[in-house]
Amino acid sequence: MAVQAAAQSTVGKSGADDREMLISGCEAIAHACRLADIDVVTAYPIRPYDTLMQMISKMIADGDLDADYIVAESEHSQFEIVKHASAVGARVFVGSSGVGWFYAMEALAVTAGLRLPVVAVVGNRALDDPGAFGCEHNDALAVRDLGWMLTWVDVVQEAFDIALIAFRVAEDPRVFLPCALGLDGAFLTHSQSLVRVPSKEKVDQFLKPYDRGSKLLHPDNPITIAPQVNEDWLIEIRRQSDEAMKRSKGVIEDAYRDFNRIFGRNYSPFLEEYMTDDADVVLVGQGTLALPVKVTVRKLREKGKKVGFVRLKWFRPFPTEEVQDCLKKFKVVGIIDRDYSYGSPYSGGILYNEFRSALYDLPTRPKVYGFICGLGGREVTIDGVTEMINMMLETAKSNKVDREVVWIGVRE
Amino acid sequence: MEARSDLLVEEPQKLDAFKGVKKVTVEEYFGSGHRTCQGCESALVMKLMIKAAGPRTVVLGSTGCMYVANTTYYTTPWVVPFMHTQLGSSGSAALGTAAGLKALMRKGKMKEEAINVIAFCGDGGGLDMGLSAISATLMHPQYNLLILCYDNESYANTDIQASGGSPWGVNTTFTPPGKKHRIMQTRWKKNMVGMLAAGHPECRYVATVCASYALDMMNKVRKALSIGGPTFIHSLDPCPKGWDYDPLYSHELGELAIETGIFPLYEIEDRKLKYYGKTKKIVERRLKRKPVRDYLLRQGRFAHFIDEDIDYFQKKTDEMWEKWVLPGVIPIHPEEMGK
Repeated sequence: MAVQAAAQSTVGKSGADDREMLISGCEAIAHACRLADIDVVTAYPIRPYDTLMQMISKMIADGDLDADYIVAESEHSQFEIVKHASAVGARVFVGSSGVGWFYAMEALAVTAGLRLPVVAVVGNRALDDPGAFGCEHNDALAVRDLGWMLTWVDVVQEAFDIALIAFRVAEDPRVFLPCALGLDGAFLTHSQSLVRVPSKEKVDQFLKPYDRGSKLLHPDNPITIAPQVNEDWLIEIRRQSDEAMKRSKGVIEDAYRDFNRIFGRNYSPFLEEYMTDDADVVLVGQGTLALPVKVTVRKLREKGKKVGFVRLKWFRPFPTEEVQDCLKKFKVVGIIDRDYSYGSPYSGGILYNEFRSALYDLPTRPKVYGFICGLGGREVTIDGVTEMINMMLETAKSNKVDREVVWIGVRE
Repeated sequence: MEARSDLLVEEPQKLDAFKGVKKVTVEEYFGSGHRTCQGCESALVMKLMIKAAGPRTVVLGSTGCMYVANTTYYTTPWVVPFMHTQLGSSGSAALGTAAGLKALMRKGKMKEEAINVIAFCGDGGGLDMGLSAISATLMHPQYNLLILCYDNESYANTDIQASGGSPWGVNTTFTPPGKKHRIMQTRWKKNMVGMLAAGHPECRYVATVCASYALDMMNKVRKALSIGGPTFIHSLDPCPKGWDYDPLYSHELGELAIETGIFPLYEIEDRKLKYYGKTKKIVERRLKRKPVRDYLLRQGRFAHFIDEDIDYFQKKTDEMWEKWVLPGVIPIHPEEMGK
């Protein structure tokens, strides 16, 4: 079925202007890979990201994309193969989901350590047992400390756009870090909408070829990469990665500026604010749960409630200053996690504790709630979001938080 | 449509066999700057391997002695480009490197040139953890590459622990003989090359080597790199530290492993099996195998063996030559085939 869908949406080669296409999140990223002219791509099946590789393989079979395409025997090999292709100067793309991403974990760690600009999609999926494959963010979030840039996408157009931005930022020599795109499994990987797909000329304006420079592994540049290092040097190397991640923030901002200019968009890089003017309480979250939250916020605004929503787009690098500047305006902030972090402070989700930490130094801090919901792909409903907002509105009046972290929509 | 045509590769380098030791090139591409043990046969394998391959080569090394002891930060013995890869990734490293080079050259992003790609692994990285990726890599006919396994029969870098390449009964730090159990290593050594040959009918070249026979070893590397497609070589490397003998005798122990029939020397090229050196004479019954006792008792790692153990080892080795359908290669007994 997916292959058929892919075949129908294969594009023509002419036309300098944007084309509108009805495609899914996975298909959108396949088109971004085609326009980015990737050189090596590796596939291994796991739902839900794998329709992306079905699409790419069809593009290659049809001659719409010229890349070496390898069907690996495991995710570990899948990610190791592109890691090494990247070291010899190839633009590479790869992806996985859930436990597949975890099977590649060793490769994920060293890819970042080696400063190789691998771009990957994570079709977010629960970590299996008991046998789940609905959407959760714990898979991609597991690499948050390792030097992977992490971004989460809301809609299909953004999936396409951010894939191009990811290649540009990752391959910038000031950064040279891998980048993973979080696509909510099923909600975004498989749902279609109209997408503006630009011409190759425009993409080439935005995205220059990958140049590994003096780090290229080639007989003309006979370097030794990753000689074994001990306590005498490792901390300095870790510090360099830390600096690269810090630099990536400015590189992302530059990339968005160019992207908006060339493609006629109006994106802010790190945060999207929705109806936050004069808001007393705002919810914060990432990924596709933005849709039910926005609908609920709009409905409550119609009833005169001062509520808003802030969507986080880049989890790594975490936009600390932007988050502080944005959230200091509000009385109560509710952080929505589509993930869990058992035994963490207040048993909150991963985003909850990251945001609390970011807000700590503000002279006047908003009250903070953590809401855990939507695990295993369960729908985030208007009723559930309304329940969160009502709790926050109560706190805005009383200035008291009874429960710091609340699971929403759970049968108790 | 012509099958496979658009996927197949450009020509690999043509490296003719060295016709005699005096014809071997003098240039070294694995120099000083490493800290392998005295008598390390695997270091010799690295030196011969890259001498055979020449300067237009990329080497990928998976974790193990030949990574850790060779490339300590700020030093490198490699004159050619070298990159570390993970313990189980020799197959994937070779594949990714070959794919990257091939794509860039085909698309005009890199100057076209036949570049050798060699990934090495130890017995732990090859016979154990990396087996799946090696197997997968040998299935891709469109990439020219060589995977070389230097087998010193233990995880020698991490303190001599048993691997799938360790011989039966051996004393390693994970299989120490004790008061209750004399034999803790109950597994017979994995038959790697026979398995790869049987399991990958499209792989054009697999071979075994031992650096005690250096010219043979280098010429097999040259053939593996010239034939086209993914190839595999398994090298048996005596290890003074892991095998517990005087470093003086590395060369001699390699010879004994062949002469006792414990490790056979052969290649399978385009599905044709060819035995080499003393192994060939053993198969043709022109040379009597030396008793395994002569090999085992030279090494401290078998010092706990009693006669019964040596007899068992001899019996299993005899089977390789007397019962296996292809002596020393495929452990299926022909008398059972027709049943």
